[in-house]
Amino acid sequence: MTATGQPAAPHTDERLLRTSPLRKLLGRPELGSVVGAAAVFLFFAIVADSFLQASSLGTVLYAASTIGIMAAPVALLMIGGEFDLSAGVMVTSSALISSMFSYQMTANVWVGVFVSLLVTLGFGAFNGFMLTRTKLPSFIITLGTFLMLTGLNLGFTKLISGTVSTKTIGNMEGFESARKVFASYLTIGDVELKVTILWWAALVALATWILIRTRFGNWIFAVGGEADAARAVGVPVVRTRIGLYLGVAFAAWVSGQHLLFSYDVVQSGEGVGNELIYIIAAVIGGCLITGGYGSAIGSAVGAIIFGMTSKGIVYAEWNPDWFKFFLGAMLLLATLLNAWVRKRAEATK
Amino acid sequence: MGAVLAAVLAASLAGCSSTGGKRAEERAAQQAAEGRSAVNTPRWTFAMVTHSGDGDTFWDIVQKGAQQAAKKDNINFLYSHNDEGQQQAELVQTAIDKKVDGLIVSLAKPDSMKTVVAKAVKAGIPVITVNSGSAESKAFGALTHIGQDESIAGEAVGDELNTRKREKVLCVLHEQGNVGHEQRCAGAKKTFGGTMQNLYVDGTNMPDVQASIEAKLDSDKSIDAVVTLGAPFAAAAVKAKKTAGSKAEIDTFDLNASVAAGLQDKSLGFAVDQQPYLQGYEAVDLLWLYRYNQNVLGGGLPVLTGPQVITRDDADALAEYTNRGTR
Repeated sequence: MTATGQPAAPHTDERLLRTSPLRKLLGRPELGSVVGAAAVFLFFAIVADSFLQASSLGTVLYAASTIGIMAAPVALLMIGGEFDLSAGVMVTSSALISSMFSYQMTANVWVGVFVSLLVTLGFGAFNGFMLTRTKLPSFIITLGTFLMLTGLNLGFTKLISGTVSTKTIGNMEGFESARKVFASYLTIGDVELKVTILWWAALVALATWILIRTRFGNWIFAVGGEADAARAVGVPVVRTRIGLYLGVAFAAWVSGQHLLFSYDVVQSGEGVGNELIYIIAAVIGGCLITGGYGSAIGSAVGAIIFGMTSKGIVYAEWNPDWFKFFLGAMLLLATLLNAWVRKRAEATK
Repeated sequence: MGAVLAAVLAASLAGCSSTGGKRAEERAAQQAAEGRSAVNTPRWTFAMVTHSGDGDTFWDIVQKGAQQAAKKDNINFLYSHNDEGQQQAELVQTAIDKKVDGLIVSLAKPDSMKTVVAKAVKAGIPVITVNSGSAESKAFGALTHIGQDESIAGEAVGDELNTRKREKVLCVLHEQGNVGHEQRCAGAKKTFGGTMQNLYVDGTNMPDVQASIEAKLDSDKSIDAVVTLGAPFAAAAVKAKKTAGSKAEIDTFDLNASVAAGLQDKSLGFAVDQQPYLQGYEAVDLLWLYRYNQNVLGGGLPVLTGPQVITRDDADALAEYTNRGTR
């Protein structure tokens, strides 16, 4: 930074320096990922014949939205300096609770949906509370929650339903209206747009607003940057962290209800491994693993890159045996491009 | 000329192992049928989307059968798989987007696949279901189902265990949420005279599979038979049995080279095969027949490829085919 001995320009204070809109844009955390997304898009537009069809783009957007709904709060959490490894399984838990409560109580489906919201938020609160009370790394705490939830999912489902999946709630009261909210779709011509895309857009907008326009947003950056310093200047660190975990739980609830109302039935063993995909989307989108830096819009771009890559490989008809390799290589390239662009952007400042 | 060639080959082989290795594999590959398309129908594209995990031997054999039929029928054959219901449904959607001429799906998680299969049928794509989903296939609008009825296969295992005078059996399930696996164990329980318990293991983590079976055999010495639901898990069960010092007989669903060898050296009791090669081959061939001639096989009932109970007596003849990876 500016050393005292260095002769600064005498006529202007650097804090008042006007930056051009282009420079401002280059400084945004999500910029690199946008360039990466454009590159991935161009690439598949060239190599995969059916990638540019309207219906294919609908499929890609849907794939991106199911990741993006979770990636937005996960990005906020990572800016706040923490991880949540239980996020993937929590989605399944939320769907299972909703389905089994409605079925066992023969209640209106909406009652189950509401109960599921409360319980899922409870999981989030548990994560946040354990983290702030024990001061253990969030990696360990949420790894514990992840394993416990995996076990609870299977254990309770077998105990209550007798099989590894829940019974169908498709013929129960309230199902149709809940399906409209969580799993409907709109057909425009050839394209099918799922409602998850709306949920995704809303969550990203909300997360961005919180991050940029509210006090809570400032707290997130402060806590993720340097928690002790943040506490010293009066930021409520505990409340911020618990709030972040509640955010992840809320998104897990939305995803879980989508899972349930898309298919009527929930498989108890699913969701394992998805937590990493959410984290990857956030990181590609410019979030630092160490916290304090990142954006919610970036997580959306990360989700789009992931959606385009995973579906583009199929559209390109590449040998599926190599699928994971291609996926990994594409993600690595996108992230490298991201880092390169950011470095160039910082150099022009 | 031939003699010279033979002499050169013999000389180059002098310093080599006469068994196993890459060379044996190449010999086997030469014996496997090769060919080019035998028909002049247009090059149709058929997609197969299964619930297989990564690197699954069973589905590799299904794929080999499908590719063989695709070669013969001049088909552009696409294969994709994912073991999560939602992801598998998305893969089917990508196939619909590509406007394929035929679709082959496995319905291990039928509820996840219902909507998207209906969409394919509505888009005019003929659908054939394979492996799992015999109960749902017709209702979903598929032409036919090719596979084994899992309940019947389970019952066959129960009967075979009875004739082998077993009393306490462990049924090892390696895929959580697979309805077909539940049906296998339930079917076996139905016809089996003794007691049977289920054990869930994580099929993608082989050391864990072995450790789980070992722990169970250690804690209950009265178990006298273990039934695994997939060929690779039989080998793990055999190892677990050895370390636990148990006398249980290991039996398994499905067949592969090591199971055939196990049957030959008596480390395995019997195997119940569902002929995966046939499932892939017939699915592609029947789709071609439907495209070419509107033929449908099965008369509205599933076309069964199993169960076929294989014991030591049959294993010798099958070893050659399991080694080249088509049985």
